[in-house]
Amino acid sequence: MKVLENLLYNEEHEWIQLEGDVATFGITDYAQDMLGGIVYVELPEEEDEVEQGDSFITIESVKAATDVLSPVDGEIIAVNEALDDAPESLNDAPYEAWIVKIRVNDLSQLDNWMDKEAYEAFCAKEA
Amino acid sequence: MGELKRTPLYDEHVKAGGRIVDFAGYELPIQYAGISEEHNHVRTSAGLFDVSHMGEVTVKGPDALKFVQNLVTNNVKNLVDNQVLYTLMCYENGTVVDDLLVYRFEEDNFYLVINASNVDKDFAWMQKQAEGFDIELVNISDNVAQLALQGPKAQEILQELVDFDLTEIEFFHCKRDINVLGAKALISRTGYTGEDGFEIYLDNDQAAKVWQAILEKGGERVMPIALGARDTLRFEACLPLYGHEINDTINPIEAGLKMFVKMDTDNFIGKEAIAAIIDAPKRKLVGLELEKGIAREGTEVLVGDQVIGHITTGYLSPSLGKSVALALIDSEHGAMGNEVILQVRKKQIPAKIVSKRFYKKNYKK
Repeated sequence: MKVLENLLYNEEHEWIQLEGDVATFGITDYAQDMLGGIVYVELPEEEDEVEQGDSFITIESVKAATDVLSPVDGEIIAVNEALDDAPESLNDAPYEAWIVKIRVNDLSQLDNWMDKEAYEAFCAKEA
Repeated sequence: MGELKRTPLYDEHVKAGGRIVDFAGYELPIQYAGISEEHNHVRTSAGLFDVSHMGEVTVKGPDALKFVQNLVTNNVKNLVDNQVLYTLMCYENGTVVDDLLVYRFEEDNFYLVINASNVDKDFAWMQKQAEGFDIELVNISDNVAQLALQGPKAQEILQELVDFDLTEIEFFHCKRDINVLGAKALISRTGYTGEDGFEIYLDNDQAAKVWQAILEKGGERVMPIALGARDTLRFEACLPLYGHEINDTINPIEAGLKMFVKMDTDNFIGKEAIAAIIDAPKRKLVGLELEKGIAREGTEVLVGDQVIGHITTGYLSPSLGKSVALALIDSEHGAMGNEVILQVRKKQIPAKIVSKRFYKKNYKK
């Protein structure tokens, strides 16, 4: 399982890369492996306001639809529309295939996110 | 729910990297290599399934034929020895107890194959209906393992393991006591994928060696297939699954299974109720094609703001690359080409009624 150095992770197996108050958001290698072949991603709209816990993305594998909840309050400032045509890139390159960029209202909502080592330890416990 | 059961092939699933889930009370794999890859391998080459969870009931005795004909909706009387029939068992009100395969070995010796999730309910129902018939009913489900080898290369692979000429087994026929590596197997040319192939019934303790031998002999021609792809394969071929397209609130006519209901046979349970609706069923199972997204089971189907039915199964079809679904809707809206709306979470997605035979079956008939 691949985990990158410069990202932050949560227990939902999502990653973010933070630049200022903008979080680029995706799912981890562990998550894509658990989901299996991804065939469709329902994306939010740019400029959508989201609250922490809102279901804002749906990832469809062959078998099932999985709702993804917003990890923070904020505004969607970009969506990766390439996923419309190539949802499988979430399987093939989960750390390159970002899903959305969110402008985060309150960075303290990210305090509990883990670094690479902590996340690897968490995954080892899950397995 | 009691303790989860395991089939005799549980260790093989774990060895093959299967992701194990609870299915109908059994610990079974949902996927090995990946649902799409497994699906496509069955369509283009061959796939091996563990379907040991399925139930088997033997019916023996002088009244066996009469009993089975009364129990199911299809014509049992026309069967010859070693012929197999797909049919349904209904309640008096015409809704479905289960769908099943009927194997006629001899006039006084039948073998019924039923769904795992329904074994207890079905067997109790059969025992209740057996009153007055001179038969012996035995539920042998726990003693029987079942493998399915499906796909265009199924026959050539299985032929390498048996000394019986498999071309002699016609579509929906069977042969008993075929020697497979020393095991005695019942083999039928049947399946649940829309491809040519075989179902192989064995004693539990013989299952693992036959499973291993098929994978070894088959090499790259065959891969193990789990429940995920089993469902996408049967769905594309428009083969119903109990609990989805049929259940105890749906009758076979609504489910589009009229060809398996023979009104010109003797009485069968549910015949009167079905006769009353056969020409004008209230609901109809239709195929839908979506512009985008995927419609999952339970999704509401609308015309305007009126709910006219629900999705029974839906996938992005691996063979077609299109998003399609089966839906049970009010008959009056069921004409081919009609446009409907699907309420997929917060979004409304347009869909069109299309033929529900999404994939053309490749049977050897």
